[in-house]
Amino acid sequence: MATVPVVEQPPPTAVAEAPAVRPRKGILSYWRLYAAISPFYLLFLAFGLIPVGFSLYLSFHRWDGLGSMEWAGLAQYQYLLTDSDFWQSIGNTILIWALATFPMIFLAMVTAVMLNSAVRFKNVYRFAYFLPNVTSIVAVAIIFGSVFSTNFGLMNALLQAVGLDQVAWLNTPWGIKVAIATLMTWQWTGYNAIIFLAGLQTIPSDLYEAARIDGAGPVQTFFRVTLPLMRPVLLFVLVVSTVTGLQSFAEPQVLLQTTANESTFSGGPDHAGRTMVLYFFQQTFDNNDFGYGAAVAWGIFLVVVLFSIINWRLVQRRGEE
Amino acid sequence: MASTIKGSRRRGIALHTVLVLGLLLSAFPFYWAVIMSTHTSTEIFSYPPKLLPGPHFLENARNLFDNIDFFGSMLNSLLVATSVTVLVLFFDSLAAFVFAKFEFPGRGLLFALLMAIFMVPAQLAAIPQFVIMAKLGWIGSMTALIVPAAANAFGIFWMRQYMKGAIHDELLDASKLDGAGFLRQYWHVALPVVRPGLAFLGIFTFMGQWNDYAWPLIALTNPDNVTLQVALSQLNGTHGTTDYGMVMTGALLALVPLLIVFAIGARQIIGDLGKGAIR
Repeated sequence: MATVPVVEQPPPTAVAEAPAVRPRKGILSYWRLYAAISPFYLLFLAFGLIPVGFSLYLSFHRWDGLGSMEWAGLAQYQYLLTDSDFWQSIGNTILIWALATFPMIFLAMVTAVMLNSAVRFKNVYRFAYFLPNVTSIVAVAIIFGSVFSTNFGLMNALLQAVGLDQVAWLNTPWGIKVAIATLMTWQWTGYNAIIFLAGLQTIPSDLYEAARIDGAGPVQTFFRVTLPLMRPVLLFVLVVSTVTGLQSFAEPQVLLQTTANESTFSGGPDHAGRTMVLYFFQQTFDNNDFGYGAAVAWGIFLVVVLFSIINWRLVQRRGEE
Repeated sequence: MASTIKGSRRRGIALHTVLVLGLLLSAFPFYWAVIMSTHTSTEIFSYPPKLLPGPHFLENARNLFDNIDFFGSMLNSLLVATSVTVLVLFFDSLAAFVFAKFEFPGRGLLFALLMAIFMVPAQLAAIPQFVIMAKLGWIGSMTALIVPAAANAFGIFWMRQYMKGAIHDELLDASKLDGAGFLRQYWHVALPVVRPGLAFLGIFTFMGQWNDYAWPLIALTNPDNVTLQVALSQLNGTHGTTDYGMVMTGALLALVPLLIVFAIGARQIIGDLGKGAIR
């Protein structure tokens, strides 16, 4: 589940600060406080830190999950670098991400600007636009699977109705990517529109007034006033979309499991919908190749971090111009 | 003057036309699911596609209940989502109260660590988690889903931000003078004033757990004892080409509890999503 964007932080009152003169106390006298925050850290230790450390250790070994571990040195990573399946999955993931994210951000921005100027029914619209985001991804993928089905799908019925040829959406490399991207766009446009709307509402109306007096039209106002002020929100949306979009799993898995021939993680014909995380699941839990799976997981982590930094830089640099 | 009023009204109509169009696009897949769940498979496969609901919903529902243990897995989903929500609300708000209102050695460091943890992707820990839980004997049971999710960095961060603004130190000081200990301050002073923040966190946690799929798919190894999302996906995978009406009925019914929770909490969720920016 995605996070909440602009968390409000009211100015701390003066009293909130610690008193200037604090009696020195032993660390043990704080035990209640440490006990109160301990559940999270204990859980994190058991199911976060130790596993992450162990997965690093594992990535230098060969292990099928049952027998004994065998030291492999850098072999798993060497293989990863030359593994054309992994590179294909990176390409698939980034293509799907791009096909989903750019239309989504554009549509969300347009929707938010319109919602911001619409006075009536604003709450009705917000409710309806948010609805796709609260639905379960499995149910949604099943529904979209039928929309894009070759034989009786709605998409092909539409194409047929306007006299075009049918497309085997879930059987061709591009069709698969378009179907997954459409699903993601549908699910996230409204959510991001509401975040954008929140950002738009922080822009003081006298700025618009000033732009109007200076003779700026609506388009000019948008690019000169609205967009620059929206950059932080845009950055947030882009980073969240990158982190979640590059780790897409359920969408391709459920959408393509009926057309997948070898395993439910294979990502459809020619593996055209096999994303990085899908590939990780396939290597780990289908092939029981735990050592290589761990290396793949670290590879994914690296790609996501790199890609996030690149995105961040791009948006930041535009801001400096 | 008259012409600008006319112009703005025309603009308003154009605006609402586009907005309603977007609304229909948002709602359409739900409507499509309703159509498919009320027709038989042969009707679904026919051309032109059906655009109005049919009479076969009960038949599809009966097939669904015959094919998977729908209510059993729904019960599992309810169990997991409810337990996790209760645990998260308690543990996260307690930790958040400490971070928001108390000074203690290592506070800054521990909080920085918390924020770093926020960023660690799930699949990095997935394999060892699986191994650890296999050792503990939790694989195949709901414990494997509930325990690791019982507290999270996001909730602590969210509640801390909320508490910093909502809980006034005068109140805490006054209760301290009355002799209230730490737990009583938390329960009687802090919790009552942060109820909206808790509601938001609770609804988000519940929906997130209800929809969780990747980890349950791996951890619930017994196909007869799974959550609703996994059961649905089994149905799609194994019977996908045979009975779309039934699969769609399952997808639709699985959404019902979620839509109820959302309908109750929509104002809270959408409002809070925006409120931070407005104030």
